[in-house]
Amino acid sequence: MSVSKQPAKTPSSDSKSARQRQKSDLFQQVLRLPIVIWQSLFFIAPLFFLVAMSFFIVRNYRMTEAFEMKNWLKMMSRDYFWDSYGLTIGLATLATLVVMIVAFPAAYTLAFRVSENTRRWAIFLLIIPFFTSYLVRIFSWYVILAESGVINAMLGYIGLGPYIMLNTKFGTIVGYMTLTLPLVIILQTFSLANIDRRLVEAAYNLGCRPWRTIIRVVLPLAKTGFIIAAVFCFILSFGDFVSPYYLGGSKPPTLPILIVDTVKSGQQWPRAAVVAVVMMVTLFIVAFGGIAAAYRRRNA
Amino acid sequence: MNSDRVLKWFLYGYLALVLVFIFAPIIFSVIFSFNSDRFPTIPLGSFTLKWYKTIWQDPDVWEAARTSLIVSFSVASIATLLGFATAYTDYRYRFKLKPLYLALILLPPTIPLIILALAMLAWFAKIGLAGKVISIIVAHSVLTAPFAMAIIRLRLSQMDASLESAAWNLGADQWCALRRVIVPFCRPAIISSFCLTAAVSFDEFAIAWFISGLNKTIPVIILEIVTGNIDPQVNAIGSFVFLTSITLVVIAQVVLMTRDKKEKVHHG
Repeated sequence: MSVSKQPAKTPSSDSKSARQRQKSDLFQQVLRLPIVIWQSLFFIAPLFFLVAMSFFIVRNYRMTEAFEMKNWLKMMSRDYFWDSYGLTIGLATLATLVVMIVAFPAAYTLAFRVSENTRRWAIFLLIIPFFTSYLVRIFSWYVILAESGVINAMLGYIGLGPYIMLNTKFGTIVGYMTLTLPLVIILQTFSLANIDRRLVEAAYNLGCRPWRTIIRVVLPLAKTGFIIAAVFCFILSFGDFVSPYYLGGSKPPTLPILIVDTVKSGQQWPRAAVVAVVMMVTLFIVAFGGIAAAYRRRNA
Repeated sequence: MNSDRVLKWFLYGYLALVLVFIFAPIIFSVIFSFNSDRFPTIPLGSFTLKWYKTIWQDPDVWEAARTSLIVSFSVASIATLLGFATAYTDYRYRFKLKPLYLALILLPPTIPLIILALAMLAWFAKIGLAGKVISIIVAHSVLTAPFAMAIIRLRLSQMDASLESAAWNLGADQWCALRRVIVPFCRPAIISSFCLTAAVSFDEFAIAWFISGLNKTIPVIILEIVTGNIDPQVNAIGSFVFLTSITLVVIAQVVLMTRDKKEKVHHG
């Protein structure tokens, strides 16, 4: 994008085109640069600072910039940190499995069994909760799932329960599902709808049973989209502190709750930064592993 | 044939159940907001407006509503502007490092909010931007610009590329073509992106909670009430929040969908 530096005032046609090019260059930069500056200052810089902060130290309740391994050694040597880590990965994995399975029949119906118009309306409905206060929805679940809440009251009429659903893993998973199920159904529906129908019909015509068709033909064809859905589901569940706190009871806390508690109870930001960096590294591994798996199978 | 019909109705029923699960918390929250019991269950108590009266008389809620409105309106404007410029750049130009450029704008939604919240809290404190209304605006714009970019980029990919060059040939300079051809073509996407980014900002609580200081937004107030104990006030505030964001999201989608239909009719 080199611009020839000709004197702007000579009235030759050459300089006119140079001037025009300069002007067009300005146009291009005015549109391109703002986002680069904005995201560098307020997105990339904070993330780098977060990594740096994990090496800072806190002295007399004040954070001082330094480069020490203290926070890392401290957090890594604590059992409660590893308990939280294991719990968070376990819960997020469980949520991903449950959500992917629960979403599949719904996505299958939307992709293959309804008219295009119905599908469009269903997607329309599914987009709404994604942009609608997650916090209030979780509070609502808290009341619905309580020991004397709506579900136990209804079960009571047919002589069942009451079941304890709050402060259990079940509660946490319900919360994660609230967050991720609509998105996963949408992503699954799109990847199923993009499958070449003729391949499915061919399998059917050659006598392949429905279940076998799904497992041997449909799922492999939709693999990339499904892996992306699963990765998103994992990331969202892994990073959420609301469900495990309000519905899961936070005993032991998950990593996001650990961050909240550490930040809100004092000045130990560097230790919270250690937790955050560990979370980010984990998510990068999961995301890249997922993407690699998605594309390797494609080529095979 | 008969078993296929059974399967069909089973699948429809399943889909309906899933939708019930997804919308149950929203519907119950609205019902409970009119219910007199402090701890609502079935059968419902009597109809009441007292929770609405409580929040109506709470100056903190009014203050938070004002902050939330300022924040979401500013965020929607900034994010849509940034998103438009980026979408147009991606549509028009090829350059080295473009994948990096796109990653820069599209990555924020893949980072957990709690991590962004901590990172922004620390960084903003360092550069003297913590605890202000403007801090929330800046943070939310980073988070929502990708949505704006995606919506507008999708719209641009439906545009006939010769429209812009036609404008140039007729003597319009680039700015003029942008203003007279591109922006009008993108108008539904711009409106839609404005509504969606406003909705995301209006509901976001993790980042706002960490960096807002004393300038609480509505979700932060909700978070604080919920942390205390069971208080049906939350359902009343929540119903307002639902109404606001659902309205915004529905407008966003309807604007995009109706424009699509109109154009199909024209082309067909």
